[in-house]
Amino acid sequence: MRTRTDWLAHAVLGLGVVLFAFPVWLIFAGATQDAGAINRGDISLLPRLSHLGIFLSVLRNGDGANPTPIWHMLMISAGMALGIAIGKIVISLLSAYAVVFFRFPFRMLAFWTIFITLMLPVEVRIIPTYAVMADFHMINSFAGLTVPLLASATATLLLRQVFLAIPDELVEAARMDGAGPVRFLVSILIPVSAANLAALFVILFVYGWNQYLWPLLVATDPRLDTIVIGIVQLIDTGFTLTPWNTMMAMAVLAIIPPVIVVVAMQRWFVKGLTEVEK
Amino acid sequence: MASLELRGLAKSFGAQVVLDGIDLTVADGEMLVIVGASGCGKSTLLRLVAGLEQPSRGEVILDGRDITDRDPAERDIAMVFQNYALYPHMSVFQNMAFGLKIRGLPQADIRRRVGAAAEMLGLGDLLTRKPRALSGGQRQRVAMGRAIVREPKLFLFDEPLSNLDAKLRVQMRADIRRLQRRFAITSLYVTHDQVEAMTLGDRLVVMREGRAAQVATPMEVFARPADTYVAGFIGAPAMNFLPARLTAGGHGAALAAGPAILFADGPRPGPEGRGLTIGIRPEHVQLDPAGMAFAVDLVEPLGSETLVHGRLADGEGLVVKIAGQAPPGEALRVALPPAQLHVFDAGNGTRLEPETATVGPLAGLAVTG
Repeated sequence: MRTRTDWLAHAVLGLGVVLFAFPVWLIFAGATQDAGAINRGDISLLPRLSHLGIFLSVLRNGDGANPTPIWHMLMISAGMALGIAIGKIVISLLSAYAVVFFRFPFRMLAFWTIFITLMLPVEVRIIPTYAVMADFHMINSFAGLTVPLLASATATLLLRQVFLAIPDELVEAARMDGAGPVRFLVSILIPVSAANLAALFVILFVYGWNQYLWPLLVATDPRLDTIVIGIVQLIDTGFTLTPWNTMMAMAVLAIIPPVIVVVAMQRWFVKGLTEVEK
Repeated sequence: MASLELRGLAKSFGAQVVLDGIDLTVADGEMLVIVGASGCGKSTLLRLVAGLEQPSRGEVILDGRDITDRDPAERDIAMVFQNYALYPHMSVFQNMAFGLKIRGLPQADIRRRVGAAAEMLGLGDLLTRKPRALSGGQRQRVAMGRAIVREPKLFLFDEPLSNLDAKLRVQMRADIRRLQRRFAITSLYVTHDQVEAMTLGDRLVVMREGRAAQVATPMEVFARPADTYVAGFIGAPAMNFLPARLTAGGHGAALAAGPAILFADGPRPGPEGRGLTIGIRPEHVQLDPAGMAFAVDLVEPLGSETLVHGRLADGEGLVVKIAGQAPPGEALRVALPPAQLHVFDAGNGTRLEPETATVGPLAGLAVTG
């Protein structure tokens, strides 16, 4: 009985792994092949080992269509993702802290105002946001890439739930011990919710990394191109053949940093999403 | 250490009155236990003293100073919480040192104080552990240690033993009492457990619906409960209550179940036929072949003693505690020894004292004066 369920479980897991891993492998193998061959549909599942150098040359020299080298695009993406993730966490940490632990006039109004912005993602408010950024002369700047994406209802809501689960007695014990608001935040609240913050960081980093529409709009300067923009720019415009192998090489490179973040924080990530006990 | 005084302390949440004017003094080094059923306001009282809530009325005076408006941190009061409230991410040492660190004590002092407290509580080997690696009893002791190192003027205990298993509870109870005695720590201790209340307290406050029903030593509360609520609350199994009427001259009570009993300690005031509630503890009821009929419906052997539940002739329930085993048979006869009776007013439940003991001498003085 036991061995049979084990066998079944492994079969299901194996199928899942294949489903998720196959496209990644295909991109990896495709990157080493001839652009023309891929266009004809002749894509081999075996990478051509002699052409593995394409990753390095793309990284260093760019993709041919865009003067910016790929490493630079990766740096811009990483900077943007980090900026968004950290900025969002700082802002939502403070706003959730205020909403949960302090009694002030219009507290619930503030909370619901934050809540309502859930219905206004970047895509909905893209034109007014662009107008505001233009007025602030933040078009084509790094700040322009990140700042409009910082305010985050999702993270505030998530942290609010985390903070609400913290026992009142812990808060009171800290008060009796003489901890003021800042001390409580730094010495108790942040360490106690560290796992949740880490999980949030991973999610927000990937969110920031995958941003496409806003960077496309706000940063027309090639020096501010993110890796996602860079990949899309290579798609066949009708005049040239799409260099599929280069695109695939870039896609492989674009996957690596989020994977590193997820793997490095995996333990915390799982704990933060599943931990109940405080 | 210091004395604590509460003057007319009251607290309402909206229209709901939780505390209805409490006056209380805790002497220097005294352990005052506040006991009551859940919802009687005992925890609220503790939180008002701690400064975690603001009273609607009244004053909290510690060591002669009015601290009603002070922040919890400025009150020099330490509190042990029911679920310990240890900081989960800090080691035992850090947990105990946190309050001292905030107060800016030098490192050496912190280490000395925490070390001494840990030694005293038997936590010396556990200082580097995190709370989750500790047993319930150890967590409890860390919570105690965190309060002790502060060397506060007043200790507050909010049902600190209710999360422990029975055996550990007995042991921790004795430990707390020993510590409290040794350092003469002025303490307020809240519990719903009457055994804890009886064993720990120098004095008890029995609370009911936001008021102090009785403030007295444990033995006084047990021997002379102020009303039927206190009488029923303290003592296990609970005191039996039987309806009765005052006989002529106030010398005795006619039980609804039949016989009249003469009071051993003197007459009670009131007209003949005044409604009374006669209280008697199960251990004081005696088996007596000449007594009232008692129909047994449940026998609970406890080993060294036996609880017998049953009914009197008028259908009134009665619990009898007998040393050793219960005699066989469904029909027993019981007697209520007059010396062990508690007499209460049937209307408001207050204790009725014999007239001669209190009113007599004064009335005599009035006549001669």
